[in-house]
Amino acid sequence: MSGIPHDHYEPKTGGEKWLHSRLPIVGLLYDTIMIPTPKNLNWMWIWGIVLTFCLVLQIVTGIILVMHYTPHVDLAFASVEHIMRNVNGGHFIRYLHMNGASLFFVAVYLHIFRGLYYGSYKAPREVTWIIGMLIYLMMMGTAFMGYVLPWGQMSFWGATVITGLFGAIPFIGEPIQTWLLGGPAVDNATLNRFFSLHYLLPFVIAALVALHIWAFHTTGNNNPTGVDVRRTSKAEAEKDTVSFWPYFVIKDLFALAVIMVVFFAIVGFMPNYLGHPDNYIEADALVTPAHIVPEWYFLPFYAILRAFTSDVWVVMFASWITGGIIDAKFFGVLAMFGAIAVMALAPWLDTSSVRSGRYRPMFKWWFALLCVDFIVLMWAGAMPAEPPYSSISLIGSAYWFAYFLVILPLLGVIEKPESQPATIEEDFDAHYGKAETPAE
Amino acid sequence: MFKTTGIAALVALSLSAGGALAAGGEGHIEDVAFSFEGPFGKFDQNQLQRGLKVYTQVCSACHGLQYVPLRTLADEGGPHLPDDQMRAYAQQFEVYDEEIDDYRAAKPVDHFPMSQLETAPDLSLMAKKRAGFHGPYGTGLSQLFNGMGGPEYIYSLMVGYEEPPECAPEDFEGSYNAAFTAGGYPDECKDEHGHPTVPGSWISMAQPLWGDDVEYDDGTEATMEQEAEDVAAFLMWTAEPKMMARKHAGLTGVIFLTVLSVLLYLTNKRIWAPIKGKKTS
Repeated sequence: MSGIPHDHYEPKTGGEKWLHSRLPIVGLLYDTIMIPTPKNLNWMWIWGIVLTFCLVLQIVTGIILVMHYTPHVDLAFASVEHIMRNVNGGHFIRYLHMNGASLFFVAVYLHIFRGLYYGSYKAPREVTWIIGMLIYLMMMGTAFMGYVLPWGQMSFWGATVITGLFGAIPFIGEPIQTWLLGGPAVDNATLNRFFSLHYLLPFVIAALVALHIWAFHTTGNNNPTGVDVRRTSKAEAEKDTVSFWPYFVIKDLFALAVIMVVFFAIVGFMPNYLGHPDNYIEADALVTPAHIVPEWYFLPFYAILRAFTSDVWVVMFASWITGGIIDAKFFGVLAMFGAIAVMALAPWLDTSSVRSGRYRPMFKWWFALLCVDFIVLMWAGAMPAEPPYSSISLIGSAYWFAYFLVILPLLGVIEKPESQPATIEEDFDAHYGKAETPAE
Repeated sequence: MFKTTGIAALVALSLSAGGALAAGGEGHIEDVAFSFEGPFGKFDQNQLQRGLKVYTQVCSACHGLQYVPLRTLADEGGPHLPDDQMRAYAQQFEVYDEEIDDYRAAKPVDHFPMSQLETAPDLSLMAKKRAGFHGPYGTGLSQLFNGMGGPEYIYSLMVGYEEPPECAPEDFEGSYNAAFTAGGYPDECKDEHGHPTVPGSWISMAQPLWGDDVEYDDGTEATMEQEAEDVAAFLMWTAEPKMMARKHAGLTGVIFLTVLSVLLYLTNKRIWAPIKGKKTS
C-alpha cells in the first residue's frame, strides 16, 4: 500500500492464485512486511515494535488473569491474592502484566519524543500522529482502569480523585461523575464497568494501531534526516531503502530482546518497585491514604493538573473573566487535557519547513529543555502539593505550553536551519561508507 | 556511562516510584541483611520455621493471616514443614464450616484465621504494604540498592520500642516506637506547625517481643533481635510466598534472553553487512 515503488506480491502456485483472486490477504501481509524502509533509521525507531509487543503481552497476560479474577468489591482483592498464591504461575503472569504497563509507557514516551525530535508529526504524517495521540489517550484510560481492579487503597482513592476531575466541569460535572461511577461514589458498579472497559479498550487500541501502521505505510516512514525517500523510480527508491523484512525485523527483534533482559530482571527481582505499596492494603472508603499518588507514567500530567492553584494569576484571570465558572480545579483539568491537546496539534503549530531536529540548531536546545521539563514534572507530580514543589510544577507546566504554543511557531520563522543531505543514501553512506556491491 | 537524561529519568522514576515522603516524622528503619535479598537471595527455611513459631506463639493471639492457606507451610520455597507436621499444625486452629454450621479443626486447605482483635491488622501482606518508606529523601534508593523494604520495617518496629521522649506527658496512651510514624503524638511533642518533633510515634500495640518469648527447636538463642528478624522473614514469605519461584523464573528469562540477544546481534550484523559498506574516511 506504500507510495514508494517496490515489488508487489505475485501469486505463483495455483492455490495462491485461487486465494488471491478471492481474498488478497497474503498480498496484504507481503506488502506490509516488505515495505521499503529508509535504511538510515537509528535505534530510536525500535519503539514501535516494542509497543506492539507490549500490547500483545498485556492482552495475553490480561486474558489469563481474567480467568481467575473476580470483579466484585468484596472479592477482587482476595482474588488477586488467589492469583498470587494459588494459580500456577499466576504470580509471574500478574507481575508481567503489572510491569508490562510500565514498559508500555516507557516505550510510548520514547516513541512520542522521538517523533517530536525528528518531526515525524509533520506533513504528510499528521494523521499518523493524531491516531498515535488517540492511542496514547486510550492507553492512559486503560492503564488507569486496570489499576483500579486489584481494589487496593491506591486503586480506590486514585479512582475517586480522577473521576472527581469530571465533577469539576461546571454545571454538568456532577451528573457526569455519577454516570461514570454508576452511583454517588466509587463502588461495585464502578469496579464492574472499569473491568468491562479495561477488557474492551485494548482491542480498540489494537484497531487504532492497525490504522496507525496503515497511515505511515501510506506515507512511508520518517527517518533521522527527515528527507523524503526518492520515489520517481523503483531503482532510485532502492538506493534509499531496504525492505522491512529481514533488515528491520531482525534489528528491532534484537533491540526487543535486550529490553526484555532488563524487563525480566525487573519482573523477577524487583516487581513491586514501580508500584505503590499502599495498593497491598485492601480498599477502605473510610481511610484516606496520606498521599494519593498515581502511577509514575501519569505523574507529569498529574503535576500539571495540580500546578494551577487558585493563587496563580492566569487562574484568577480565567475565574474573573468567566464570572467564577472556571475555578482552580476546573482550570487544572483543562490544563491537563490541554497539555495533551497542544502536543496533538504539533503538526500545525510547528512552522519550520525542516522536518528533522538534527538540522535545527536552536530547536535542539528547546527540545532538550522539553525533555528535562517532562522529567522534572514527573518528579514534581510525585511530591506533596506544597512549596517548593507547587512552584516547580507551575514553571514546568508553563514551559510545556510555551514550547508548543510559542516556541514551535516562532522557531520556524527566526531559526536558520543547517543544510540537510540531499538524499537518505548520502546520509547513510556518510555514516557507513558506500557498499561495494549494491544490495540485492 | 549513562547519558545525563538517562540518569535524570532513572532518578525521576525512583523518586516517583513509591510516591511521596512518609507522613509526619521519619521513622528509624534499620537495614537487616536478610538472606532473601538480591537476585540470588533465598528464604532460609530454618528461619521461616523459627518465624512461624514466633508468629504462632506471640502474634497470632491478635493478628491473622487470612490470605495464607495452611497447606502452603509445606511448600518448597517456604517453611517447607514435613507433611505430617503441617497437618498437625493446622489442627490447632478452629474454623467455621458453613456445611456443618459449626466450628471444626482446620484442615490443610483452610487458611490461617483472621485477626482475633478488631484493631489488629491482618499480617498476610504486611511486608509488602509497609515497603514504602522510600528513603533517603523519598528517593527509594535505599530500597533499590540495600533491599530495604517491608521486612526491615517489621524488624525495626519490633525492636523500636523505647522510653518515651521527654516531651511526652507520663499518662499519654500507647507505647512510643521509634520506627512507627502512623500513630498519634501528644501536643507537647509537636512544633508550632503541628509537625512532630520526635522521630517515632505512639502505637496502640504493646511491645510484643522481649526476648525468650519462644524456645527455638533448632537451639538458636531467642534474643529479641533474633525473634524480630525471624518473624520479619516469615512475614515476607506470607506476603510473597512465590518469591523464590519468581526469582528463578526471572533469572531463567534473563539468561535465555541474553543468549537470544547475542544471537540476534550477530544475525543483525551479518544481514546488514552487505548494505553497510566499510567506512573509509
